[in-house]
Amino acid sequence: MSLTPHLRRLEAEAVFILREAVAEFRRPVMLYSIGKDSSVMLHLALKAFYPAKPPFPLLHVDTTWKFREMITFRDQTAAHLEMELIVHTNEDGRKRGVSPFTCSSSAYTQAMKTEALRQALNEGGFDAAFGGARRDEEKSRAKERIFSHRTASHGWDPKTQRPELWRIFNTRLGAGETMRIFPLSNWTETDVWDYIAAENIPVVPLYLAKERPVVRRNGAYIMVDDERFPLAPDEVVESRRVRFRTLGCYPLTGAIESEADTLEAIIAEMRQASTSERQGRLIDFDESASMERKKREGYF
Amino acid sequence: MTAPFIADAEILAKAQPSRPRPTLRVLTCGSVDDGKSTLVGRLLYERQLIFDDQLAALRSDSLRHGTLGEEIDFALLVDGLEAEREQGITIDVAYRYFSTPARSFILADAPGHEQYTRNMATGASNAELAILLVDARKGLLTQTRRHATIASLLGVRHIVLAVNKMDLVDYNQAVFERIVGEFESVAASLAFRSVEAIPISARYGENVVAGSANMPWRDGPSLLTYLENADVETDGGDAPLRLPVQWVNRRSDAFRGFAGAIASGRIQVGDEIVAAASGRKTKIARIVAMGGDLFSAAAPDSVMVTFADEIDASRGDVLCHPTNRPNVADQFAAHLIWMSDDSLLPGRSYLMKINGRSLAASVTEIKHKLDVDTGAKSAAKTLSLNEIGFCNIAAAAPVAFDSYDENRTTGAFILIDRFSNATAAAGIIAFPLRRATNIHLQEQSVSKATRARLKHQTPAVLWFTGLSGAGKSTIANLVESKLVERHAHTLMLDGDNVRHGLNKDLGFTEADRVENIRRVGEVAKLMVDAGLIVLCAFISPFRAERRMVRSLVGEQEFIEIFIDAPLDVCKERDPKGLYKRALAGEIKNFTGVDQPYETPESPELKLSSAERSAEAIADQIIAYLEANGMLSV
Repeated sequence: MSLTPHLRRLEAEAVFILREAVAEFRRPVMLYSIGKDSSVMLHLALKAFYPAKPPFPLLHVDTTWKFREMITFRDQTAAHLEMELIVHTNEDGRKRGVSPFTCSSSAYTQAMKTEALRQALNEGGFDAAFGGARRDEEKSRAKERIFSHRTASHGWDPKTQRPELWRIFNTRLGAGETMRIFPLSNWTETDVWDYIAAENIPVVPLYLAKERPVVRRNGAYIMVDDERFPLAPDEVVESRRVRFRTLGCYPLTGAIESEADTLEAIIAEMRQASTSERQGRLIDFDESASMERKKREGYF
Repeated sequence: MTAPFIADAEILAKAQPSRPRPTLRVLTCGSVDDGKSTLVGRLLYERQLIFDDQLAALRSDSLRHGTLGEEIDFALLVDGLEAEREQGITIDVAYRYFSTPARSFILADAPGHEQYTRNMATGASNAELAILLVDARKGLLTQTRRHATIASLLGVRHIVLAVNKMDLVDYNQAVFERIVGEFESVAASLAFRSVEAIPISARYGENVVAGSANMPWRDGPSLLTYLENADVETDGGDAPLRLPVQWVNRRSDAFRGFAGAIASGRIQVGDEIVAAASGRKTKIARIVAMGGDLFSAAAPDSVMVTFADEIDASRGDVLCHPTNRPNVADQFAAHLIWMSDDSLLPGRSYLMKINGRSLAASVTEIKHKLDVDTGAKSAAKTLSLNEIGFCNIAAAAPVAFDSYDENRTTGAFILIDRFSNATAAAGIIAFPLRRATNIHLQEQSVSKATRARLKHQTPAVLWFTGLSGAGKSTIANLVESKLVERHAHTLMLDGDNVRHGLNKDLGFTEADRVENIRRVGEVAKLMVDAGLIVLCAFISPFRAERRMVRSLVGEQEFIEIFIDAPLDVCKERDPKGLYKRALAGEIKNFTGVDQPYETPESPELKLSSAERSAEAIADQIIAYLEANGMLSV
């Protein structure tokens, strides 16, 4: 299936961004979060550097609360592509028993995602990190640069962002500073799925509808992915035909009831959706500005 | 509970996913409070491009931060950052994405406040069409003109003049027509190819998506309909090929792929191509792609090509066809939009990024500053934040480029502050400058001062002028001997000797005498650059030529020594018998006989050879050099 001119232009732009970063930075790394956006970003990297392999490792920040199917998919993908995969967990957080069931979602995210990411970037000595974030996901993302400058402590200051003209990226860094790079900045959720279908890109099966064990909690269906899930006295595990629009930590990711078990069905369903994809993300719900706050602290 | 935001949804596309028209990149701009954010929010809302959870968040945000009481404040949809919602302003470019069955749109929403003009320029740099909002009650404001000028400068060629808040002027056609008329006179001096004026009310959605019952006099499409059908030329395959090399793929010794995004034109296997900077030619052997090699590709594709021959090309080189090449030069004229709090300093070294290449560059001259409010040009010594100037730029090495009018990719660059790493300026190239003006660039690696330091001396031209027979050569020879005794490095240029070689094609007409001195002056300048003390003994009868030589070298480096002897004394001396022959009419154009000698008006030294010996005069010259610190004592 050939690409529409719209997707072709987005692909060319993303490939340009990936190559630009590799040409300009000493040691880039790709944040690989296993979701659909990461799958597209990885596929674009394979294209950008073909016939060479992408000249950077993949990094997964493992909170230890990801869906088991995600971990399986991650390991299979890295092995199949013969790419280096760095898996990092905040060991201090793990020892302290930080979990989505015992902490507030913001404290959990701070320890197991934001802090873990900082640790991994520092340990690897990476000066640039690719992320699959899109500007259409969230309000503060809409104003982020494609090449987004981070202070030595990985913080983001929206008021001192460098103007980004044409496709000329200012890649200069001071001591200890790093760059976050978002090749999918101009993609929408629909573009991502259209591209996955057109390029036949493998994705985690959790995106497809299937009978899965879930409980109803805070108005969302949460999948009981392993035995660590503490059931409240009035909660019952039921089997429902569900799928996920976004993937994260299973206790924080709401499923939607769906019959869509093929890519085509997903795309059709999405075109009729009346809620945004991040509605299933419990960490964004605290308040409207929560994403901007997390990003200032170093969250991707 | 509030919920996150997403502006994407192609609900309308569900029945018809194919998109016949290319993606349109739109900039929304205009002055503060003209209603940009409201318009964008209204556009998304009317097309039902806002999800239920977003609408719920919007209702709750409207009550908390909104300015419209119970009504939904659409501006809150797009003002994403906390500071913006608190201050009620838009401080940064925000990007929105939406599609209709007809087209996909990328919307850059630019801030209206003057201090964020740089962000407006950022939004304009990638836009093909701009929606310029005007408040019907206020008409054109300074900021409106400013934005129109910046949009034009940055190559936006299509404008929609959206006259907003028509509901607040009773939908009065005359008000609309007056604003349109005003804008026409502004646009006359700008480079727009199309201007469409639409009277709207963003707050009530009139002429935004559908028409307006309140403005029956309006005969034309709604804003969205116009955008869906707008025909903006993109980087077509007809433009000349420009492929900046972005990254060289050396997977193995055997494979060398040159990766880059095609900025314009098309490329095909077998094409003869040239690397612009080196001029080396080769052919395209392959266009490598993961799904299998391609036969051809066109802008804006990102490609990886291999060459038939091993020619050297690296990041920053521009590949083109031999018949249509970009400029290659190290100096050019360009508009600069200054974006840094630190003002421009001409002569300071900035980092220039152009076509992927980073190199040192400086502004050699600010030709003028542009007043974007009036279009007036004025002299300037510096550029401050948000100011636009037309400048001469010198790069440390030749680079390939086009004029921005011809190519928005290869005609653009940025300047980066070397210390703060901030993006200091956006550059828009107008035209290359002649190589002849490149003098100071060659001084960069080893300078005149460096060469002179090695010789432990101050280079200079000692220019001996005076009548034939005045004693110039004799005295100059003595001075040179005395200098050499003191281990100075010298060179003697003598009129008679030079005429045997370098200037043997020249006679003694006025024109030839001028050319004689010009050549000698150029040679003397080169020798001064080499760090030497150059002694020139020439009659050099004309003031203009002596002044010309003085201007070739530094003011401190030219020492004019007038060897003064009365004509009668010279005639009497007549060491070469020339006066005799001239007076007999055998020699024409002889200075002092049938050609005038213009006495120096203010020479550094005026020494009378009639009264003192050549030796004494030579000592006097050495003393002068010592006294002026040009010779160590």
